Amino acid sequence: MNDGIAIELDDIVKSFGDVNAVDHVSMQIRDGEFFSMLGPSGCGKTTTLRMIAGFEFPTSGRLKIHGKEMGNTPPYRRPVNTVFQSYALFPHMTVAQNVAFGLEMKRVPKEQIKERVQKALELVRLPTFGDRYPRQMSGGQQQRVALARALVNEPEVLLLDEPLGALDQKLRKEMQFELKRIQEELGITFIFVTHDQEEALTMSDRIAVMNAGRVLQIGTPTEIYERPNCRFVADFIGESNFIEGTVRASNGQYATIETSDGLEMQGYTEQPVSVGSSVVLSLRPEKARLSTVNGNNSQKHEANTFPAKVERVSYIGSDTRIIVRLASGRTIDVWEQNTRSTLDRDAYWQPGEAAILSCSVENALILTS
Amino acid sequence: MIDLSQTSSQTAQKSSTRKPFSLGKTTLTVVSVLTYMFLYIPIIILVLYSFTTDAFGARLTGFTLSWYEQLWRDQRLMGATLNTLYVAFVSMIVSTIIGTMTALALERFRFRGRAVYDAFLYLPVVIPEIVMALSLLAFFSFAFNLIRQLTGIQLRNGLATVIISHIAFSISFVVIVVRASLRGFDQRMEEAAYDLGANSWQTFWRITFPLILPGIIGGGLLAFTISLDDFIISFFTTGPGTSLLPVEVYSQVKRAVTPKINAISTLMLAVSMTLVVLSQVVQRPRT
Ligand SMILES: Nc1ncnc2c1ncn2[C@@H]1O[C@H](COP(=O)(O)OP(=O)(O)OP(=O)(O)O)[C@@H](O)[C@H]1O
Ligand SMILES: [Mg+2]
Repeated sequence: MNDGIAIELDDIVKSFGDVNAVDHVSMQIRDGEFFSMLGPSGCGKTTTLRMIAGFEFPTSGRLKIHGKEMGNTPPYRRPVNTVFQSYALFPHMTVAQNVAFGLEMKRVPKEQIKERVQKALELVRLPTFGDRYPRQMSGGQQQRVALARALVNEPEVLLLDEPLGALDQKLRKEMQFELKRIQEELGITFIFVTHDQEEALTMSDRIAVMNAGRVLQIGTPTEIYERPNCRFVADFIGESNFIEGTVRASNGQYATIETSDGLEMQGYTEQPVSVGSSVVLSLRPEKARLSTVNGNNSQKHEANTFPAKVERVSYIGSDTRIIVRLASGRTIDVWEQNTRSTLDRDAYWQPGEAAILSCSVENALILTS
Repeated sequence: MIDLSQTSSQTAQKSSTRKPFSLGKTTLTVVSVLTYMFLYIPIIILVLYSFTTDAFGARLTGFTLSWYEQLWRDQRLMGATLNTLYVAFVSMIVSTIIGTMTALALERFRFRGRAVYDAFLYLPVVIPEIVMALSLLAFFSFAFNLIRQLTGIQLRNGLATVIISHIAFSISFVVIVVRASLRGFDQRMEEAAYDLGANSWQTFWRITFPLILPGIIGGGLLAFTISLDDFIISFFTTGPGTSLLPVEVYSQVKRAVTPKINAISTLMLAVSMTLVVLSQVVQRPRT
């Protein structure tokens, strides 16, 4: 009927005065999908979500929910529910009354309301909290009530605006797991706003990375991390070494670039690049490798191999993070996993040590602009 | 790009408990005690004199409740009291409704001239009451003239004009109090209600109204108290034959201060204080 598309944004613009908070955004969110919007503060995530909920209306463009054009449909006539960042629980109502509110508005019979409220509270693991007031509960518990209050209405799409923003790290992890469990159990479409990349990567089926009102890339967590389509995405999700240069040779998905400091590197590209264009090569620190000068390692025969000197070393437990300096003066970050348990000093890199830096062609991504 | 210096230095902050400067503390205590004495001794004397047996109410010669009993039998005073309660009640209801709606409009909508409208609302609070009273008096005589010329009916000042004046005067106070409670109101509550399927009407009555009700009640009680003890405006806008308690008390005092006046004052004081305390209690933030 609607091709399994829950929400469709078609060239949406939202301006406040002369600022485009949302700037020509198009995306399709599938039924039952856990879809995240990720981006820095002020990039238009909340505004996009509020347009889907109906609190704001697009300046131009079209928005469809399950194939139905929304136009000026008010929030109370849309098959979506929102979990607000601040929870926005009604302070003068008990937890059960809060959860029942949506059903009462829909004139669901009383006995049925009681039953569904109880089921919703069980779903969020608060079955005995119905008679409490929101102020008598912890942040995490209030968060769950907000979730129950939205879910009890069995919305087709649930909108969540940084729902875990106010929780501490441990509770956050717990709630991430809970949210994922509930989403899988109910099969509802979740649109999840966050500016925490790790949260987006662990929870989402697909992620839209936004910046300055625009959607830069939409893809699975793996696609976003392993095949970022531009420097911003590569930089925002995870860490990366960026090496600017000019294309010297191009051969379909592979290209050779030359940097201003005279390095020649080979990299992988999704779209063919033309010779002479300026590009940036992105190398994730965990994908760069460091080997000793006189060891006979096969890595030395990789396409990108450079003599380097270890400059700084920080041991952070699971990893060791190393900054090396190339002959040209350029520094590169390298992360090594500590796979062997030892106190032997020689097993770790020391500042001043000479080394060979290398990376495979596939791990050196060439990004245009 | 990558910050390698991950040193989390936490400097423990020791809270030092310093003894307050004791001379300053003594001075402040003395000043506050004197202030409270200055404020409350006259009131205490008034209350005491309402129970004295001295007919001139100038000495404490013994305890009696007879003045309160006499009050009860004083037709003029009782009539004035009923009038005053009636005026206060009606003006409270009307000014609370209008004031609340005005506060909502001012807080919620951006309209042309909002800032000007805003400023004008506070004017009745700051302009001298006598000016307000005279302008109301002038207004009524102008309006009654107009009505007489148009319809031939001659209207006179009376309870109705007092009520209208009190409403006009109280609205500003109600608006101030209700707006304060609207400012503290989280608008996302309303969005949450819309989101859950409530329309504007349902959202107002189920969410907004209950949450700002303490403010509305506070505003209403304030309007009631202001009306109850208003003298100047009542004096100017009332008509012959209709008297209000403060005006009546004034005219009796002109003849002679009797403990009966002290008694009625004590009762008014009790009512006012109860209302003020009540309005403080309902406005107290829930914990
Ligand atoms: N009601 C409004 N009036 C004017 N400007 C607004 C309004 N709402 C949002 N904006 C602007 O639109 C831009 C996007 O805001 P939005 O709240 O969508 O950002 P966000 O991505 O949710 O950021 P954050 O991560 O900080 O929540 C910002 O520049 C913001 O200042
Ligand atoms: Mg936001």
